[in-house]
Amino acid sequence: MQHKATRYAGSAFTHVILAGYSILALFPIVLIAINAFKDRASIFDSPLSLPNSESWSLIGFEKAMKNAHFFSFFGNSMIVTVTSLFFILLFGAMAAWALSEYKFRGSRWLLAFFAFGIMVPIRLGTVSILQIMVSLNLVNTLTALVLVYIAQGLPLAIMILSEFMQQLPKELKEAARCDGVGEFKIFFQVILPLIRPAVATVAVFTMVPIWNDLWFPLILAPGEETQTITLGVQQFIGQYATDWNAVLASLSLAVLPVLVLYMFFSRQLIRGITAGAVK
Amino acid sequence: MKKPLPWHIVVFLAPALLIYAVFSAWPLIDTLRLGFYTTSETGSQHFAWLANYQMLLFDSDWSESFWNAMGNNVRFFLVHMLIQNPLGLLLAALLSMRGVRGAKVYQTVLFLPTLLSVVIIGFIWQLILSPLWGVSETILTAIGLADWFQPWLGQEETALYTLSMMSVWQFVGIPMMLIYAALIAIPDEIIEAAVVEGASAWRIFWTIRVPLILPTLGLVTILTFVGNFNAFDLIYSVKGAMAGPSYSTDILGTYFYRAFFGYQSQLGSATLGAAVATLMFLVILAGVGVYFFFVQRKLQRFSF
Repeated sequence: MQHKATRYAGSAFTHVILAGYSILALFPIVLIAINAFKDRASIFDSPLSLPNSESWSLIGFEKAMKNAHFFSFFGNSMIVTVTSLFFILLFGAMAAWALSEYKFRGSRWLLAFFAFGIMVPIRLGTVSILQIMVSLNLVNTLTALVLVYIAQGLPLAIMILSEFMQQLPKELKEAARCDGVGEFKIFFQVILPLIRPAVATVAVFTMVPIWNDLWFPLILAPGEETQTITLGVQQFIGQYATDWNAVLASLSLAVLPVLVLYMFFSRQLIRGITAGAVK
Repeated sequence: MKKPLPWHIVVFLAPALLIYAVFSAWPLIDTLRLGFYTTSETGSQHFAWLANYQMLLFDSDWSESFWNAMGNNVRFFLVHMLIQNPLGLLLAALLSMRGVRGAKVYQTVLFLPTLLSVVIIGFIWQLILSPLWGVSETILTAIGLADWFQPWLGQEETALYTLSMMSVWQFVGIPMMLIYAALIAIPDEIIEAAVVEGASAWRIFWTIRVPLILPTLGLVTILTFVGNFNAFDLIYSVKGAMAGPSYSTDILGTYFYRAFFGYQSQLGSATLGAAVATLMFLVILAGVGVYFFFVQRKLQRFSF
């Protein structure tokens, strides 16, 4: 009897803490979202209530859409993130394959060379990166951002993918080789389709920091034409700090794409993080 | 007998190696080199041995703010170590208990803030804590703590800790997920054996599960360390490059930015920026070194 009671108490305690912290995690985001749909007076008078027919207003969204180059910022972020991701995955998989499949002199050193980039943040080289971009005439271009993000994302991609490739059954490659299939064909037609789950994990880990980065857009591409959404929101809000409608609306708009993506991919994402554990 | 050059290996490696070497490894080495140069007023750079470092570490104009930023950064890191990681451990431990209903939902919700941009998080909390809006005052009044309210972000004594807590709020999901993954990887037989022996859940947690996940706790520590000593976005978007009030929230990232790009009447200097980046590199390298040579080695022995 007593044993059961303790278990109920323990379970209640667990849920109180988890639910309590979940509310704390969601509250700020919900608060911004509900106030984005209110008029200015209601934002200040009753910040905690849901918008109703009286307080409903879309003025903030209208301002955000009109003033900021919201769609171009959004487009820039999409281009940079998708292009970087594509090349990180392609070049990363190719290098990981070379390092895990073929034994050659110096392969261990190369692996260590790439591993260094996981621990040491690429930001520390910013002074020289800016100089290189100036000399290549790439300042204020999206190309500059893409190049830096590829360099930033490769080390982790290579580590995760090469570990995964080592676990692939040997028979598959050997069978293909016996049939006289070339090394490139083996990689693109046999190996790439097999590593899809690992590619998905790498994609998620790599995508989020690129989308959210403020540092490199601020330094390499601060021009209005090339601003990413993160930098754009930062500057826009700095300018309109007192226009609460516009600020709340643009924050909600900036959160939205990530929120939508997360709703679709949260399962895979969480499985990807815990995948190493389920052996 | 000379083997032909394995062209396919070269082709597989070349793109990754080239981009990584040119835009990551080389800039880092070049930054270390530039730290030994100074920039004259005409913009030409010449070798100056340790002049930058002497200025940063010993010239009172610069060294005071350098050590201030370093001290703040250490505090920023300590808040994460003392609050974020224990909280992550607690949440992970609760999530990994058997038969917790809704564990998947909790995971999804608790991990959400880590995906949002630091800029957005910074602004959201800034609004919530703003005395102008008064949301936090309303809430504190509702739970009877009206007297507690202060403009935390605006006061020198509290601004840094408030920002640290905002960062903890955002990133607690990462240690939580890493520790959770380690906890569910512990074989059931070990735990069951202990249950049969009559050990309490509390005791099982501290004497069996925690020792088994020490390598993960080490990893969480070093990830926190590198992330914190490289932080910039949050302070910059809430407080700007000046890291106010009166530099009380200045950390190495914002200090680096000011040395590189200048502020107010102080001109920025690429070479001085490079020297600051080199010092940050040494701090991070020291942390990573300690991790690999002591923590990692010792922990591996434990886990076998």
